[in-house]
Amino acid sequence: MKIGVVTFPGSNSDVDSINALTVAGVEPVTLWHESPELGGVSAVILPGGFAYGDYIRAGVIARFSPVMGSVKDFAASGGYVLGICNGFQVLAESGLVPGALLRNRSLRFAGHLVNIKPERLDSPFTRAATGEPLRVPVAHGEGCYYADDATLDELERAGQVLFRYVHDDGTPAIDPDDKANPNGSLRAIAGVCNAAGNVAGLMPHPERMSEEVLGNGGGMQLIKSLVESAAEWEKAGRPAPQLRIKVEAAR
Amino acid sequence: MGARPIAVLDALRFGDPADPHTRHLVDGIVRGVGGYGNCVGVPTVGGELVFDPSYQGNPLVNVMAIGLLEERMLILAEAPGPGNYVVLFGSTTGRDGIGGASVLASATFQDQDPSKRPAVQVGDPFAEKLLIEASLELIDRRLVEGIQDLGAGGISCATSESADKAGTGILLDLDAIPRREPGMAPWEVMISESQERMLATCRPENFEAVREVCVRWGIPIALVGLVTTDGDIAIVEGGIGPDGGPNPGATEIARIPAAALTSDAIVHYRLATPPTRHRQAPAPGIPLTAHDGLPERGMDPAAVLAALLGSPNLSSRRWVYEQYDSSVQSNTVEWPGHGAAVLRVKGTKKALVATTDGNQSVSAIDPHLGAQLSVAEATRNVSITGARPLGITNCLNYGNPERPEAFWQLQEAVRGMAEACRALSVPVTGGNVSLYNEYPGGAIAPTPEIGVVGLLDDIATLVRPPFTTEGDAVLLIGKSTPGMAGSAYAALAGISAEDSPPGIELDREAALQSFIREAIGRGLVASAQDVSGGGLAVALGECCIWSGLGAKLRLGILGSPAIELFGESPSRLVLSCRPRHAPAIELLARQFGLDSNVLGSVGGDRLSIELTGMGATGAAEERGSRIADALDVSIADLRHTWDHGLARALGVEQGPVHDAEAAGTAASGKGN
Repeated sequence: MKIGVVTFPGSNSDVDSINALTVAGVEPVTLWHESPELGGVSAVILPGGFAYGDYIRAGVIARFSPVMGSVKDFAASGGYVLGICNGFQVLAESGLVPGALLRNRSLRFAGHLVNIKPERLDSPFTRAATGEPLRVPVAHGEGCYYADDATLDELERAGQVLFRYVHDDGTPAIDPDDKANPNGSLRAIAGVCNAAGNVAGLMPHPERMSEEVLGNGGGMQLIKSLVESAAEWEKAGRPAPQLRIKVEAAR
Repeated sequence: MGARPIAVLDALRFGDPADPHTRHLVDGIVRGVGGYGNCVGVPTVGGELVFDPSYQGNPLVNVMAIGLLEERMLILAEAPGPGNYVVLFGSTTGRDGIGGASVLASATFQDQDPSKRPAVQVGDPFAEKLLIEASLELIDRRLVEGIQDLGAGGISCATSESADKAGTGILLDLDAIPRREPGMAPWEVMISESQERMLATCRPENFEAVREVCVRWGIPIALVGLVTTDGDIAIVEGGIGPDGGPNPGATEIARIPAAALTSDAIVHYRLATPPTRHRQAPAPGIPLTAHDGLPERGMDPAAVLAALLGSPNLSSRRWVYEQYDSSVQSNTVEWPGHGAAVLRVKGTKKALVATTDGNQSVSAIDPHLGAQLSVAEATRNVSITGARPLGITNCLNYGNPERPEAFWQLQEAVRGMAEACRALSVPVTGGNVSLYNEYPGGAIAPTPEIGVVGLLDDIATLVRPPFTTEGDAVLLIGKSTPGMAGSAYAALAGISAEDSPPGIELDREAALQSFIREAIGRGLVASAQDVSGGGLAVALGECCIWSGLGAKLRLGILGSPAIELFGESPSRLVLSCRPRHAPAIELLARQFGLDSNVLGSVGGDRLSIELTGMGATGAAEERGSRIADALDVSIADLRHTWDHGLARALGVEQGPVHDAEAAGTAASGKGN
């Protein structure tokens, strides 16, 4: 099984996704932004970085790249797509996941460790997680998750909120000014998925915390989740999209 | 050279942190370092931030980059093979960098003179990221014979340096150089320092492949010249023909031997005169009377410690480094904030340990000693992790070398650095200079910024500064020597005008570093921290703050309590170990000819240091009259002071310590 990692000009965390996949025992395939060819991969990661320099707004140019046309088709056909950091911004700009990522409330780049907690363990992107808070890095200037109240209510109702920023004890850092919420995201949202449940994005970098030597190996839980889901989809003969998350599981 | 940049360290120096202009500069420069480093995908893993009045009109930004080079990738900055093509790729050439380094660096800033402002280059990290990737691909595929980046002096320097190094010449087609704007004069094109450009040499048959790589990365590329045999840089207007000579009607507008601009350039012998106010450092080992007398009985050393830990130069740098991406590339083992940076080397058990240090306050008094201390401290910070320093690089920041006093400072620093490096057996593998750092208010304090990279053979043996375990023994290795000038304590409390900085015995420093590497290699050491800024008390305070563990200690006072607690004499370190290992460590220290003292043990939630006089039992009544009260302070209080010091000094907002960061300290201690 192969998992693709897209390289846009300006991607810089593609090496981290490639490293994490290699550690997980999966063959990473690099996908070039100008080529619509996905090379038969079973899942796609949109990595962190500054695609096309991000001079106008993070992710806004990347959505027009040839590879993103293929990624949209891939997602529509039921394939798994995970956007990390800049990848999340690209997914949001492309309309593949709901919401928008605004500048951090501090108006400064945030580069440090945070705690995030999976909201549910029955999603394709969290199935291998323990449910305990994960301690992973953030490194972004535009990570403040925003959507209007009606959308946020709907996301919570439908179980599309996958990760929240939490304190050590696991309680969410709902107050946008809480330091445990690194960018002031509404309702402490760190990651969401689409309604079908096969496209997800998050601002923190689990792939940079996928080995014990780097501090802890907790991020590997999320990489493994993606690998397992992609392998299952591959084994089932790449079925058409179906609802991958159970709405009744929502709080 | 073919190396992948894997880390950056930034050493920043500013004037008064309370001054609005300084605050504006700190904010902008931190954003600049972060914005560029974060975008090119190279983690910023360490560095320094120092405030000193001498930088008020002339801040310093020194950056050290570390690259990892596969041997097969090694390529030199030269232009070999007559007949080969000379290509220029990357950004176009504009007026934005005309005389950048050469004009700015060879004249002092005058507020009334706006002519230098346009000389500042405009950086584009996105273009740089593409340039890095394209260059590494060209080297990896062996499509280029030599490659050189365009820095100070632009195309003039790049062509003459790479030709001279290869013993060749270059015929340059001026019209072929892509311009950012029309109407540029030939000299402007030749010395523009527009950023994000590379000059490479390739075989003619590889040119199409080179072009393809650049086009794929979206980078402009131009064939701008040919490698020749005559050793000259010749510049032609009107184009070069297919035979390799100037087109008919073309004019050669300049010709100069490449060597004349580089290896055979004019050497200036400047006048060097020591300033009259210069005082000799005390000869090593000769005790001086301490003039400070602080803190004495009735004065609270804990208050001095808190003031030092909360001071702009010794407090947490968290507000700065949290604006940097420190984790990209998945190699960062030790993040900024707690001593040297540690990066694992993928696919091996090895790690690289890196640090920067520069002692400007002693250098201002004695540039020779200051440079020695800088080398000693930087290498010591690498050695205390268990790593072997592989080499140093340096940036020598000094005043106008045409002034005999400034040139003397530079000369003395180079002499001091060389002596220290010989004694410590570390090569100087590179470096650069930043001269003319003067402004109407005066010159900067001489600043020898030293960067060190060390190698740890097995990352499992890594030792960090924070204490790790309750009940561990705490040892001080090395002994203090008199002299408080140039110390953080002196800046805070003031000292006698006659006092001098503490001297250094380089043999002892070498022995100390060998000792700690040996002790760590034998698995005897749980934590190790060097004694430097703020002295022993600050070193112990940091071991406590970073671990959340207190310590109960006794310290024998031979002379002044201030010297023992806050003096910055070099060649000392604090370590902790299992109590059963303490005798072995003391024996090993003796074998290296070093003093060692068991100070006490790790435990509790307070840092408590009882000060005992010579031969005293420790009972307060028996203390000599000059012995200060005991130091006893809660770790939580120290931590709060240390964590908020910088934000308070700069008047910026900083939230409470992040939950995850505190957890990180404890979790990362697991590895020990």
